[in-house]
Amino acid sequence: MEIKVSLKKVKSPLVRKVTEISDEKIYSCYQCGKCSAGCPFADQMDLLPNQVIRFVQLGMEEVLDCKTIWVCSACFTCRVGCPKGIDIANLNEALRLLHLRRNQDHLKLGKLPREELLKLPQIALISSLRKYTA
Amino acid sequence: MELLYFPGCTLKTSAKNFEDSALTVASKLGLELRELPRWNCCGTVYSLAADDLMHQLAPVRNLVRVQELNRDKLVTLCSMCYNTLKRASRLVRRNSEKLETINMFMDEEQSYEGRVEVFHFLQTLRDEVGFKKISEKVVKPLKDLKIFPYYGCLLVRPEEEAIDDPNDPTVMNDLLKSLGAEVIDNSFKTVCCGSYLTVDKKEVVAEMTYKILSAAVKDGAEAVTLSCPLCHFNLDFRQAEVAEKHPEFKRIPVFYFTQLMALAFGLNPEVCRFNLHFVDPKPLLRGKGFI
Repeated sequence: MEIKVSLKKVKSPLVRKVTEISDEKIYSCYQCGKCSAGCPFADQMDLLPNQVIRFVQLGMEEVLDCKTIWVCSACFTCRVGCPKGIDIANLNEALRLLHLRRNQDHLKLGKLPREELLKLPQIALISSLRKYTA
Repeated sequence: MELLYFPGCTLKTSAKNFEDSALTVASKLGLELRELPRWNCCGTVYSLAADDLMHQLAPVRNLVRVQELNRDKLVTLCSMCYNTLKRASRLVRRNSEKLETINMFMDEEQSYEGRVEVFHFLQTLRDEVGFKKISEKVVKPLKDLKIFPYYGCLLVRPEEEAIDDPNDPTVMNDLLKSLGAEVIDNSFKTVCCGSYLTVDKKEVVAEMTYKILSAAVKDGAEAVTLSCPLCHFNLDFRQAEVAEKHPEFKRIPVFYFTQLMALAFGLNPEVCRFNLHFVDPKPLLRGKGFI
C-alpha cells in the first residue's frame, strides 16, 4: 500500500472531527504499539490500531475506508494498556460515526440468512445495530 | 434483604436459564431480587461518543425508575447491562451540564439526581453475602468438576467500571472454590470473545471461541462459567462451527455462574433450564453425579 503524507492532508479537518466526537487527545500517541500488541483481533485488521491513530494524526482520510474500525469489538484491552491514557475504542467509534452520521449503514440485517437471524439473541442484534447502523 | 434488579432483554428469552437460576439461588441466600418496575433497554452498548447524549437516555431512564422508588442501588446479572448502566450513571454524576441537558430532554420524567449506584450480582455475592456464607449453603459440592471462569470484557474493563482486578480478576474463581469446584485459570479469561461481531463476522468469533476454549481444555477444563448472555451465545452456540473447522476440538458446556450455584445448593435442576444450551451439559453432570 502506497502511503502519501502531505501538508494539505495534515491540515485537513479530520483530527478536529475525531477529537470533537471522541474527546481523545489524538496527538498524545507516540506510537509505542502496545494497543496493537494487545488487540485480540489485530490479525483480522488491515491497519493496526496504532496505525489508525497515526493516520488520524496525519489527517489521512483514507483511514475511513479501513476494515479495522468495523472489526474492533470495543473490548477496551487497548485502553487499559495505553501508557498515554488514550481510549482507542472511542477513537474507532468516532471513525465509525463519521460514516453512520451520514446514514451510511455498515450492517444490513436483511442480507443475513433468515435461519441465522432467528438464532441470534437480542443482545447480539441490538448491540450490532447500535454499532453498525445510523 | 430486597434488592432492585435489572434483568435486560436476553434474560427474559434465550438466557432465561440465567435469570431463573439467579432468582432461585438469591432467595436461598436470603436475597429477594425484585425486578425494577417499567425497566427499558439499557442501551446494550455504552455510547463512546462524547458529543452524543441521545444514547444515554435509555440507561438514565432506568436510573430514574430506581430513584422513583426512593432507592439508590440497582443490581444486574448481565455483564453488558452492568457496564452500560454503570458507565451512564458515572457520566451524569460527573458532568452536571450533561445531566441537566438529559433532564430537560426527558421532561416527562422526574429529574434524575445522580445518586443511583449500579452493581453486578457477583459484587453482591462477594461483598454483601460473602463466600463463607455461600459455602455453608452447599449441599452437593462440585467436587472434581474442573471449571474455567471466563470474565470477558465488560465486568473488568474499562478499569473504572471493573468489579475486580482488570488484569487478573478472581471473583468467579473464589465463588467456584466456595462451591467445591476445581478452578482452571489462564490468561484467556479476560480476552474478548468477539461480542457483537457474531452477527456479521461469525467466523472471527468462532476462531476466538476456538482459541479460548481449546486453551481452557488444554489446561484441563471440563466446563466454562460466565455472566454474559452474549459471551454465552458465542462460546456455546459457535462451538458447532469450531468443531466443523477443527475436527480435534472437544466441545464443553458453558454455564452461567448461578446455574452452578443452583446445582451445588441442591436446588431443583429444572431452574437451570439446560434445554436452552447448545452444548448439552447433562452428560457431564450425570457422569459426575450432580444431576
